[in-house]
Amino acid sequence: MCIEEGEFRLTLLPFFEWCENSGVGHAIRDSLWLFPVIESFHLLALALIGGAVLVVDLRLLGLVLRRQPVASLAREVHPWLVGGLAVMVTSGLLLFTSEAIKCYYSDAFRTKMTFLLPAIVFTFTVRRKVATADEARVGPWWGKLVGLVSVTLWSVVGAAGRWIGFSG
Amino acid sequence: MSLLGICEWLEKTPGSIALHESLWVYPLVESVHVLTLCVFLGTALLLDLRLLGLTMRRVPVSEAAGQLFRWMAAGFVLMVLSGSLLFYAIPVRTYLNIFFRIKVVMLVLAGLNAWVFHRTVYRRVAEWDLDPVTPRAARVAGGLSLALWAAIVVAGRMIAYNWFDKPGVH
Repeated sequence: MCIEEGEFRLTLLPFFEWCENSGVGHAIRDSLWLFPVIESFHLLALALIGGAVLVVDLRLLGLVLRRQPVASLAREVHPWLVGGLAVMVTSGLLLFTSEAIKCYYSDAFRTKMTFLLPAIVFTFTVRRKVATADEARVGPWWGKLVGLVSVTLWSVVGAAGRWIGFSG
Repeated sequence: MSLLGICEWLEKTPGSIALHESLWVYPLVESVHVLTLCVFLGTALLLDLRLLGLTMRRVPVSEAAGQLFRWMAAGFVLMVLSGSLLFYAIPVRTYLNIFFRIKVVMLVLAGLNAWVFHRTVYRRVAEWDLDPVTPRAARVAGGLSLALWAAIVVAGRMIAYNWFDKPGVH
């Protein structure tokens, strides 16, 4: 946080600078291999999350596995979603630390973060509730709406994430 | 004409130059490639995990495979198309890149693995459709598929890095 020329302005820049200058940030930047290797884990986790999110969203939309109850499908896939997210967030934080200043000025990064928080909150609250609820009680349109919102939020996160690499 | 000759010719076509120099289209194609990775590989991973008995154990294998196939196929087609465009944008450098070559070999192996699986153990799927733990051959196919696709993703990401490129090629 800092105050600029009489105008009170909150900024996270010092925090981003601190990340960039941290030992971890330096180590990743100085290594030829670390960044690409961490990126690879980030991508593999993306595929896993993609599958785990998509199969339940498509089921909520009534497009696949209609003979399977949504609730049991969601429960079966849930550990893989959580595992994928854990790898994703860890590798993502490491990537971020190595280029925090670039991220601070990147529109793609801001877009990604703006959609990531709602995507995670939505997935673990509303979506989880609707997916594991009694289908007869919730009604198919709520399921469809939730599936659509989820797939949209996560797609923007993925696309904006790829775009960080093209900016700056 | 050699493969390199074809790549050199491709590189001089207006489409390749336009794609390479575009501000928006190239990143857009990259994004499509990454998002369809979720569709194709995400569903493929889930099927592999089902074969290994690690998820959706109560869903019959043939039902999971049959229901997800359309999405896998659609994702695969978009992935190949966007991937071909990415190659077309930078043909010579990509052709000479070691990671691209590794990726192509792995893709062929992954295709072979899927083909063998469908020609052998999957033909008798009716006998083991509901087994939470599938026959050994199916588990091997699932494990191989997971390993190969992981290697393909890693190699694919590495194409962008130029550690082993010959000087003067870009």
